[in-house]
This record gives sequence, structure tokens and C-alpha cells, in this order.
Amino acid sequence: MKESISLTWRRIPERYRMMGSVCKTCNTHYFPPRSICPECRRKGKIEPFKFSGKGKVYSFTEIHAPPAGFEKQAPYVMAIVELEEGTRCTGQVVDATKDDIRIGDSVEAVFRKLLSDDPEGPIHYGFKFRLIK
Amino acid sequence: MRSVAIIGAGMTKFGEDWERGFRELVTEAGIRALEDAKISGDEISAGYVGTMASGSLVGQEHTGALIADYMGLNPIPITRVEGACASGSLALRQGILAVSSGLHDVVVVGGVEKMTDLDTAAVSQILGGAGDQEWELFLGATFPGLYAMMARRHMHEYGTTEEMLASVAVKNHENGATNKYAQFQNRITLETAMNSKMVADPLKVMDCSPITDGAAAVVLAPMEKALSYSKKPIEILASEQATGTLALHDRKSLTSVNAAKIASERAYKKAGLTPKDISVAEVHDCFTIAEIVATEDLGFFAPGEGGKAALDGRTKIGGDIAVNTSGGLKATGHPVGATGVKQACEISWQLRGERGAGQVKDVEYGLTHNVGGSGATAVVHLYKRGY
Repeated sequence: MKESISLTWRRIPERYRMMGSVCKTCNTHYFPPRSICPECRRKGKIEPFKFSGKGKVYSFTEIHAPPAGFEKQAPYVMAIVELEEGTRCTGQVVDATKDDIRIGDSVEAVFRKLLSDDPEGPIHYGFKFRLIK
Repeated sequence: MRSVAIIGAGMTKFGEDWERGFRELVTEAGIRALEDAKISGDEISAGYVGTMASGSLVGQEHTGALIADYMGLNPIPITRVEGACASGSLALRQGILAVSSGLHDVVVVGGVEKMTDLDTAAVSQILGGAGDQEWELFLGATFPGLYAMMARRHMHEYGTTEEMLASVAVKNHENGATNKYAQFQNRITLETAMNSKMVADPLKVMDCSPITDGAAAVVLAPMEKALSYSKKPIEILASEQATGTLALHDRKSLTSVNAAKIASERAYKKAGLTPKDISVAEVHDCFTIAEIVATEDLGFFAPGEGGKAALDGRTKIGGDIAVNTSGGLKATGHPVGATGVKQACEISWQLRGERGAGQVKDVEYGLTHNVGGSGATAVVHLYKRGY
């Protein structure tokens, strides 16, 4: 799916630096950021928060039938990572096959090219994860 | 609020249907449902249709008006409802609410998806919109990938095996072989399923439902008047819908779909039933792991025991509970907007004793479970004979 240039630009803080948010009322961290804390709703106090990018593998898969734009990368490992702040997010795990990774393994976020979905459009960058040995 | 009954049900043969388009499919299903109910279009006062992605798949929006037009039902109001793969059940629920409230008497409900006009990669991309486009799909996840991560976690927490997953596909193909409307009417072996091509580890091709064209429709009427239309009305005892987070990673658990648990608990309570009362269920097996999780969420088996139950044949016709006697999404096919309505058709035919070789004996109560995305929308309906 081709992503519009304005959407790509809008998501730079989250994708490049893992900017999320935190609710100061209940101390729940959100990535991507939310404007309403579902726990506290209007009693919540949302502020920006930069995630460390460190976490553990909560679940993973190896994608063999990739979506458009990811063909050259397949097969590749995707994981749901539980970040050290307690928030979970989805991301690719680089330099690994399914045989290298286990639930509970430590990972850290790295800055990578995600894909280029249009020869005349922007190259999309963002976070992926790598295993910490 | 009035009790509501299904007085007619009809569907198209599901499959790769190059000869017919969106409007032909939905009108055929509608006509079949009307013929089954033995009513004319003049008696219908409203309609609801579930379709997930007609705009992306065939370039057509405004499908409520299109269907009213091509069914010859102008000027009655027909409204499109969307909730990803649960669109069909959402349309059914809107129809039930319209009849139940007393606003309308006879309502037609349809579900339709025309998917094979585009290639597989394009369709997969469009279906990805059922998940979190910006924070799952754009980062490289696929729908099989999301369900694969549910499967991996289920294996990790409960010891579920790839063989257990495969046994769901084998059973659903066995059931599909008795269903003249099914896309796949062939039986498969456990070896075939286990050795099929990897899609998103540990899910293989045979763990995945296919891309399908098809439509299904039911006609609803107030229960108090249902017997004047049909000798065999099917009473709807409960219609419950719940939501959960759009992205899979935001769920507290990956081994259960909380929205489905909540919708089913509310439905059982409304109907005064327990999971043990249900003898036939159509559940949302978009992937084999989804059926295992569904049988646990619906209370048929304890958490973690769904996989073993499937392998032991407890979900077969003649087992503890007959699950997906139609062949499920796996063998009947999964035209996303049509699936929820197809489930209601199958349960109606089961309760009416009209499923031939696929008939379950002594059916009293039936259930349908329809899920949108990776579990952000769930709809559960309960049914019994109204005659």
C-alpha cells in the first residue's frame, strides 16, 4: 500500500525516535501515542514520552508470504515486543531467522529502512528490532 | 423489544466466480432468501447489507442503494454496515434491532464480497485494513502473521501443536465435502495440511481460509408473526457485539479474543443458556488457530484445551459439539462481508434439519461467532427453532 508523503512526514517522531505518550494519572505508557488514556479517559493526563526501545519478544512469526513492498526481505521475522515500559508493539526483527529467536529473548530498537513502496515516492524509515545476545 | 426470527435463508455457491460480479452475487442470494421465505419484495420494508471493502475490491461504494436498485426494492431503505470480516453479522444485528424495536416488520439482511477481480497480493493488502494499518501492516505484518503470533503464544502457554492446528483444517474440509455451497468440497489428510506451504510460521496454506466470491441473505420477521410466513422459523435468542483494541499487540492476552468472550457471555446470559446447551456452532476460523481460540472463548473447552479437543475429534459432527458443519471459513470460503450471514444460514438449516449429509442429530440450540480483524470486533448470535 502506497503511503502518502504527508502521512509519512506526520509519523516521523514515532517511527524514527519511538515517541509515544504516558498517562501521568495511572502511569500507563502508550506506543503509538494516544490522546486519550483508555484507563482514565478524561481523568487522564497525557504527556509525550520517548521509549527506550528495549524489550523482550512476546511472540513472533516468520513471514513467507510478504505484503507488497516487502518481497525482497522475505522470509523475515516479525515480533510483538513487550517494551521495558510495559507497552507492546509490533515490529520486524532484523538479522535473524525463526530458528534464532525465542519468546522472552531481549531485543533493542534499531533505525532501519522499512520499505520504498513507490519509485518516485519517499523511502520509508523507522524502527525495527535486533536481538541482544 | 420483540423477539425476532429468521423466516428465510439463501446463499450463492461460494468460490472463485469469474462469471458474476458484486451485484449478481448479492441479488442471487437475496432472491434465494425471499423464495425460501415465500414472500414478495412488496412485504419488505428495509434492508441491511454487510460488505467490508467493496470500494477497494470492485471500486463500488454506495452499495445499499445499488442493492435496493438491482433487487427491485426501491424505494425501501437499505443501509450498508462495515466491521471488517464481521460486517455480515453486524448487518444481521442491525436487522434484528430494526425488527425488534418495532420500526420494521419484514427486513432482508445480506452479506457479500466480490474478491477475485484483483490478484492475491492486492486482496491481502486490502484485507490488511482490518488490522492497524499504520502500526501493524505498514511495518511488515500480514493477517496470517498476526494470527501466527496468536498461535505461537498459544503453543508457548499451552503446548498446542502444529498437528492440532492442522486437524481443524482436516475436519472443516470433511464438513465442507457435505456442503453444496462450499468452495472446497474435497477431503484432505493431516499430512497434506502439515506439509502445505509455509505462509507465516507456524501457519501454512492449509491453516488459512481462502479468497472467495459469494453472498448470503436472510429474511427477518417478528417472532409473533413468523409462523404466518414460514412453517419453520428460527428464533434469534440473542445478538451481542463487543469490541477490543484494533491492534493485536495492545491486547492483554494473545491466546483469547476478549471481545468474543464478552459477546458470548452476554449472549448466554440473555438467552438463559450455557455453552453446554449448544450443539452446533459456526465459528470464525479465518485461520485454524482462530477456531481453537474461539472454542475456548465460547466456553466449549477450557482455556488451552481447544487444540487437543480438535485433534481428539471432539468438534466433529457426532463429537461433544459440532463446530463449523458448513466447512467453516476454511472450506466454505471466506467472502468477508458474506461470512456472518452465511453462518446464520447454516445454523438455520441445521435447526430445520435440512443439512443432509452434514446434519447434526438432535439439534436444539445453535450459535454463530463472527470476528472482525484480529479480534477488534466480535458478534455472537444464539438461535433455536421457533416452531
